[in-house]
Amino acid sequence: MSGAKYIKEGEKIKEAILESGIKVKPIYTPEDVAHIDYERDIGNSGEFPYTRGIHPEMFRSRPWTTRQYSGFGSPRETNERFKYLIEHGQTGLNVAFDLPTQMGLDSDDPLAEGEVGRVGMAVDTLRDFETAFEGIKMDSIGSGLTINAVASIMLAMYQAVAEKFGYPLDRISATPQNDILKEMVGRGMWIFPVEPSIKLIGDTIEYSSKWMPRTYPVSICGYHIRESGASPVQEISYAFEIAISYIDHVLERGLDIDDFVGRLSFNLDIYGNLFEQIAKFRAARRLWAKTIKDRYGAKKPRSMQFRMLAGGGGAGLTKQQPENNIVRGAYYALISALSGTQTMALCSYDEAYTIPTPKAALISLMTSHILLEEMGLRDTVDPLGGSYYIESLTDQMEKLIIEEMHKVEEIGGMAEAVASGYVQREVARLAYQQEKSIQDGTLPKVGVNKYVVEEDEKEVELHEYDPRALDEQVKRLNEVKRTRDSKAVERTLKDLEKAAKAGDNVMPYLVEAVKAYATVGEMTSVFKDVYGEYNEPSIF
Amino acid sequence: MNKKQRFRVLVAKPGLDGHDRGAKVISYLLKDIGMDVIYTGLHKNIEQIVNAAIQEDVDVIGLSILTGAHIPITEKLMKQLKEAGADEIVVTVGGVIPSRDVAKLKSLGAKAVFPGGTSFEQITNFFKEELPGLRQAL
Repeated sequence: MSGAKYIKEGEKIKEAILESGIKVKPIYTPEDVAHIDYERDIGNSGEFPYTRGIHPEMFRSRPWTTRQYSGFGSPRETNERFKYLIEHGQTGLNVAFDLPTQMGLDSDDPLAEGEVGRVGMAVDTLRDFETAFEGIKMDSIGSGLTINAVASIMLAMYQAVAEKFGYPLDRISATPQNDILKEMVGRGMWIFPVEPSIKLIGDTIEYSSKWMPRTYPVSICGYHIRESGASPVQEISYAFEIAISYIDHVLERGLDIDDFVGRLSFNLDIYGNLFEQIAKFRAARRLWAKTIKDRYGAKKPRSMQFRMLAGGGGAGLTKQQPENNIVRGAYYALISALSGTQTMALCSYDEAYTIPTPKAALISLMTSHILLEEMGLRDTVDPLGGSYYIESLTDQMEKLIIEEMHKVEEIGGMAEAVASGYVQREVARLAYQQEKSIQDGTLPKVGVNKYVVEEDEKEVELHEYDPRALDEQVKRLNEVKRTRDSKAVERTLKDLEKAAKAGDNVMPYLVEAVKAYATVGEMTSVFKDVYGEYNEPSIF
Repeated sequence: MNKKQRFRVLVAKPGLDGHDRGAKVISYLLKDIGMDVIYTGLHKNIEQIVNAAIQEDVDVIGLSILTGAHIPITEKLMKQLKEAGADEIVVTVGGVIPSRDVAKLKSLGAKAVFPGGTSFEQITNFFKEELPGLRQAL
């Protein structure tokens, strides 16, 4: 949770301090933007440095994409949910996987006990993808895949299933999250050590730039870093430093920056102060363009354009009076639109206490539709551009983001900053401070520390675990294992091991193993043997 | 006054879930009230948690569980602590815990349960009462 901190004199606000530490002035005037040059620092949308948006006419030419997180239990149920959402106007899928799949464990692994199909879809073999994507028009509907440590395996599955259903590789579009450094900071779904993890990401970037040009191989997630406690400034600077470590790695392979950087996108968070978030996104767009142009010498405009999914923001929602979260969600959607997002994914109002119900997910989807159809957000580009406050704030945010990036670079870059625990410590410390500020009331939160309404306490509804899901999934897995060509599995896994050991790009070998119906667990084991496993640094 | 100068707590994350913002926030709080904090890190099984608790000679194990599996996990932990002869260690459970499960967790042997939304004050008060030396050290 968060927002600005306030120091008051009676009812009067004496000081408003944004999360990023910026003190807001009572009024902004032309003086505050006198140093800003329109052509140089802002520019029209579709023109460098893209502060106002990456396309000339933005939502007039193409509205933002809406994408709700989905993926439940079995691949069959997931397929039904996909079709339901598409029927209601959703234009992209966003697939959730269960924890065992995210950790590269098969459904029959003892460590998977109690988790199979619980927070997302269980995937053991290509058979599960065949079920989940049956009847989905993969050449027009893109899919976000919330998968990181084993993203290379899932991308191989996506390719294999598309080929099976007859979609050419240059027509399909997957967006695997595939950002392992943020997993080490925030979300915790890591398996392999830092260096080989980055190498695997490099493999997916290199491979998709050649074979799946419409795929966005990495979605760099400031989102989870912010959800873990980072300030808006840290969210962007850490995301940029993560991107830089992936880019530098790929450049070492001899690729040209313009061959791949335009397919990297960002997944960012919205909660807290409205103006600070909008300024954050505008500053990020400008700084990304400058970084890619100046630091890397990119030539193509596309390379310099900052593409984002902006949504959320789970950390801003409250368990108290959950219906208030519908209102918060609407403001977050407004922020996302005013910030010129490409994709919007909103949290559901009930997710502070349960896995979203279909009704709640539909309200989120309709929130986006209402904004798009009824509120005039498509009419003109960057309607807040030129505001003394917004431009001044955008400028200040950019400077602070650069400062924070320098801190990481002094440590030796993001890989080092994560391996040593520096970033984790910074983020956890801030999470603690935020929680203290909420508890002492300096950070206002309606229904939590202000305007508290006596209500029957909303009971947390946990997604009941259905042991039948496990039985069915394991049955499917055994069925596949019984009918597959075990010689082909063995051979393709051997080839995968050789490639991993030799440091070759593993993607073509993964595709072969996937097509032979090797399991996620079998392929992950090969990687564990070759690469080892990650050890968390101690931060206390 | 208790003979120990400092109390040691193992903050533990059992299972595959990777969300540890809460566990880390509580770790900072416990440090602030004068305890030594050891955090297990993610993806630990019960054996690893019990071993770490014994090895680090902790007074308290604070389980953080967000997945809904708090009852079987607590049951298993208490059993293994007993088998290891380490059942004098105080066990607390925090995370996403429906209120209907609180009594059950206490009957399994958890000394305190801290569902999401528990205030720092409530947590601090519990530890001051449970560990009398801590009160004097503050």
